Amino acid sequence: MTQQEVLEGLAVICNEIAGVDTAAVALDKSFVDDLDIDSLSMVEVVMACEDKFGVKIPDDKVQGLKTVGDAVTYIVDNA
Amino acid sequence: MTAITSTQGSAYARITGLGSYRPGRTVTNEEICQFIESSDEWIQERTGIVSRQWAGENETVIDMATAAAERALADAGITGADLGAIIISTVSSRVVTPSVAAVVADRVGSRAAAFDISAACAGFSYGLAIAEGLLRTGVGAHVLVIGAEKLSDFTDLHDRGTAFLFADGAGAVVVSASDEPGLGPVQWGSDGSAADVITSIPLRPVRTSEPTTSDHGPFLIMQGQSVFRWAVGEMTTVVADALAAAGITASDLDCFIPHQANNRITDALVKYLDLPESVIVARDIVHMGNTSAASIPLAMDALRAEGTLPSGGLALVIGFGAGLVWSAQVIRIP
Repeated sequence: MTQQEVLEGLAVICNEIAGVDTAAVALDKSFVDDLDIDSLSMVEVVMACEDKFGVKIPDDKVQGLKTVGDAVTYIVDNA
Repeated sequence: MTAITSTQGSAYARITGLGSYRPGRTVTNEEICQFIESSDEWIQERTGIVSRQWAGENETVIDMATAAAERALADAGITGADLGAIIISTVSSRVVTPSVAAVVADRVGSRAAAFDISAACAGFSYGLAIAEGLLRTGVGAHVLVIGAEKLSDFTDLHDRGTAFLFADGAGAVVVSASDEPGLGPVQWGSDGSAADVITSIPLRPVRTSEPTTSDHGPFLIMQGQSVFRWAVGEMTTVVADALAAAGITASDLDCFIPHQANNRITDALVKYLDLPESVIVARDIVHMGNTSAASIPLAMDALRAEGTLPSGGLALVIGFGAGLVWSAQVIRIP
């Protein structure tokens, strides 16, 4: 999967789970500070990413995914 | 070989009485925020909790369990003397022994077998399953199942992750022998590989030369995000299995009464289970907090008090928590 494909898929997930405008989901945005996705919604986003991209994101890795770019890179590298 | 006699009990079991006890002290989020850096808004957004009830300083798990038990017995139209066994699920007794159940049995006028079980937030559902098993083997006509907790005694008020969560209360049901199924097959299990996700600070070792460095009690500690992920990810399957085992679908349900762990977990379960809008969902946590084993019967009784619990209808109950353990079954509402 390309970075762009993962970004687009992640934007749809953020929209479905937290009602975030897909256009706002950009690589430099922080999930918590910019997109207002709290820690529990972030867990749902992670679970949806696992389903959609066929990637495992263990609990101890979730803490490190601060920005959309962090998540996209992790998914591209591990899918 | 000399044969021994055994007994065979009722073919089925059903709930015939329900009662609960809510302790009197209302604790607001503002009061909790005296101890932690947080806000009413933050707590409500992440848990749904507006306020919780705490027991009085001298009020015990035994007192609360007895109050709930007396109401459930009255509701079933029986007395303590009619009981074949008493099962109490609790993790918050202040003493290691005797059991809460033995003392409660005495207080309600029973000399029946009485014992506590330790299955944390799944304990009420575990208790229903055990009660059904006992009735089927012929221990008597009625078994009392109680969930009772005083979690305020085990709450670290300075822990930002749990201070607002836990609370006190008790709920009880009478499970009785029945000619028709009133409890669907239980779907239960455990996963001790994740025992550290919800646990408590160990008691101070008795044989130690080290001076004690704190007066901390055995406070509950929890990795909230891990618990959320597990509950949302795994419990939908358990619910689906419980419905299938009972031979019904979600559209046959009148009520969904999950353990009142966190409203966000309930929200997610409802979403992923795709429950029809007609199914009433218990939200007792808003004013009760998380009362572990007591939360399901407390929530059931709250729905009854509101007039929204359809007598004779079907409810799905599911408990899940420290162990990890889980347990779910479909029940016929008394």
